[in-house]
Amino acid sequence: MADFGGDDLETFRAEARDWLSANFPASLKGKGAMMYNEGVTPSNPDFKAWVKAMGDKGWGVPTWPKAYGGGGLSTAQARALQQEMNAVGAWSPIGGMGVMMFGPTLLEYGNEEQKQRHIPPIVRAELRWCQGFSEPGAGSDLASLQTKCEDKGDHWLVNGQKIWTSGAQWADWCFCLVRTDTTKKHEGISFLLIDMRTPGVETRPIRLISGNSPFCETFFTDVRVPKENLVGPLGGGWTIAKRLLQHERSGLAGGGGGGRGNLFTGPISELAKAYVGVDTVGRIDDPDLRSRVIQHEIDAKAFQLTAMRSMAEAKSNSGPNTATSIMKNAGTKVAQDRHELTLEILGAQGLGWEGDTFKAEELAAVRGWLGGKAYTIYGGSAEIQNNIISKRILDLPDPLAATNH
Amino acid sequence: MAVLTEEQSMLRDAARTWTREKSPVSAFRKVRDSGAPLGYDPAAFAEMAEMGWTGVIIPEEYGGSDFGYLSLGLILEETGRTLTASPILSSALAGASAIILGGTDAQKEAWLPKIAAGEVVATLAIDEGAHHRPNHVAVSASATDAGYTLSGTKTFVLDGMAASVFVVSARTDGAVDGKFGISLFLVPADAKGVSRKALKLADSRGAAIVTFDNVALGADALLGPQNEGWDLLEQTLDRARAGLSAEMLGSAVQAFETTLDYLKTRVQFGQVIGAFQALQHRAAKMFTDLELARSCVESALTAIDNNAPDVKELVSLAKAKMGDTLHLVSNEMVQMHGGIGMTDAHDAGLYLKRARAAEATYGGQSFHRDRFARLQGY
Repeated sequence: MADFGGDDLETFRAEARDWLSANFPASLKGKGAMMYNEGVTPSNPDFKAWVKAMGDKGWGVPTWPKAYGGGGLSTAQARALQQEMNAVGAWSPIGGMGVMMFGPTLLEYGNEEQKQRHIPPIVRAELRWCQGFSEPGAGSDLASLQTKCEDKGDHWLVNGQKIWTSGAQWADWCFCLVRTDTTKKHEGISFLLIDMRTPGVETRPIRLISGNSPFCETFFTDVRVPKENLVGPLGGGWTIAKRLLQHERSGLAGGGGGGRGNLFTGPISELAKAYVGVDTVGRIDDPDLRSRVIQHEIDAKAFQLTAMRSMAEAKSNSGPNTATSIMKNAGTKVAQDRHELTLEILGAQGLGWEGDTFKAEELAAVRGWLGGKAYTIYGGSAEIQNNIISKRILDLPDPLAATNH
Repeated sequence: MAVLTEEQSMLRDAARTWTREKSPVSAFRKVRDSGAPLGYDPAAFAEMAEMGWTGVIIPEEYGGSDFGYLSLGLILEETGRTLTASPILSSALAGASAIILGGTDAQKEAWLPKIAAGEVVATLAIDEGAHHRPNHVAVSASATDAGYTLSGTKTFVLDGMAASVFVVSARTDGAVDGKFGISLFLVPADAKGVSRKALKLADSRGAAIVTFDNVALGADALLGPQNEGWDLLEQTLDRARAGLSAEMLGSAVQAFETTLDYLKTRVQFGQVIGAFQALQHRAAKMFTDLELARSCVESALTAIDNNAPDVKELVSLAKAKMGDTLHLVSNEMVQMHGGIGMTDAHDAGLYLKRARAAEATYGGQSFHRDRFARLQGY
């Protein structure tokens, strides 16, 4: 493809429009939000064709380098592509942890062989990745993880247990933090890639309050891992993990727009007008609810404007971009508030667990509300985010300095 | 921080340098202690005018630099940091905006060059009660053969003691709360029948109550359309609100930074109090809110410069979000400083008092939350 500069953006737009009209199956129009059911890939032939087309084009990861199958687009082009996709109700079928977290991290820290091997299957959505970070004894204090990785000469031997491994039951591969040195806390951690089909790997789904099981316990018993699956230097895993968590947090904050699992799209005020009614001058007919809806929509708009500002600042390289550090907490608050308000607005219809007396979107609201409680726990809890802001941005003393080293 | 042009960065840096060197908080404290009714230092204002700050939004043909509202917001953010009192907001932004948006060529010619030069102060005389309700207009302007007769009282008029001319909303028709029947007038402060009284407010700025007692106005005193002045009034107020939000952003950022410094130096229980997680998380919350508020303020100013269709929503968003944030930070500034924050010798009280006055000016948080919702149809 030609190298489109700013002046050629319209040319690129036209090409993107043509390509979308030739490749995006009409039957999938606007169905992006519906696909989020525990990561199961539908066997729908249109969906498969769409995955293939986007995978071959590399447009599921539009800014990744072409050398590894990515789209090779500039950020301006990627934004234009997204706008064109939105305009026709198209959505990317290429997602998951490989796209959101692992891919960008491997592009930064992996060696050439690792990138050649692992990036193209992510681009084409052929392989699924899961994240082996948390352990029963290592949640917020992630660096206290104990999963043991021993150097056996021609291979690594891994023993231990991970928890909250999202989608482990469907994953082909796991990017994992393991302990290669028990004498040092952070410097004893390494970043290892484990094939989930290796003997000794076992997953058990965990049933959550929402009734869903998006997370697993994952057990490693005498798992042999090839030496070439170590990413970065031995003992250098913590640095890589921190970078990966930044990708995770910026991805998770994106939920702030609507909140996953909530099928009611559009302004929450419209939902309130529909379910609660309006007074004689068109206001939501419940002043207390109305004031909280307003506060929520102000928070949501402020978050959205901050995301745009953060992007513009990053693009202009106009100095350190401190806004990104607040995105996870600000975004997850908006998403959780939206779930709570949705439930309250639906009233009794917002309490259904199953059955045909409730609409699908009403049932989804309940499950989404419950599932949404995880937003401020995973990917670094809200409290951990505040610790990070305090320490890294505000330069306040680390109250845990004595125990961390 | 919004992505700035080179000229804007230079303007911001110049404003930052000047306010820190020439107009630190101690300068405002001196003005306050002097008890001067103007509420600002005329010599300092003259320096600001000299630097071109009074002409930032005024077209070049009338002696300004036509640099836009985001640019003026950068200056106001810096003056807000040091609590610098001046008629930049009331006159060079609010008064000037009314005339730029609604003035005839003659009116522009008469007032804009003088505003741009800092020679006159033009301010809005809009409010009539304790709460900002710009559609509530009881001040009347009745038609005469020569023009109008203006009668009634306006309150909370910013820099009202310094003003040479008032932009007055008056009723020429319709019911007292109706949007129809509102007209704006340019009323010279020295016109017969105009009297004013200084309002001594907690923030020690120069506000006034202005009374119009059968003031005779020529037909050329009308600013904008007769009876249909509501849109002009709203557009003017939205510019003033966005500018004030920028000033509030500066005050909030400085109040936060001063507090953060204190957290890093004040020692109790053998450690700096900033090592306590309870305080760290409150600091992180303030930082988060400041980032969110900044996005809203800069978006509102940019929307005005771009003549965007959603100026009203973005301005009410900015004023509401900024008001809440300044409210929080000004309270936390006192609380986290403890006893010293309660003393008049410390700056915390000055920021707290300015915060509440700025929140109330041109509509408080509840006014703007309600307006934000109405504009979106709920």
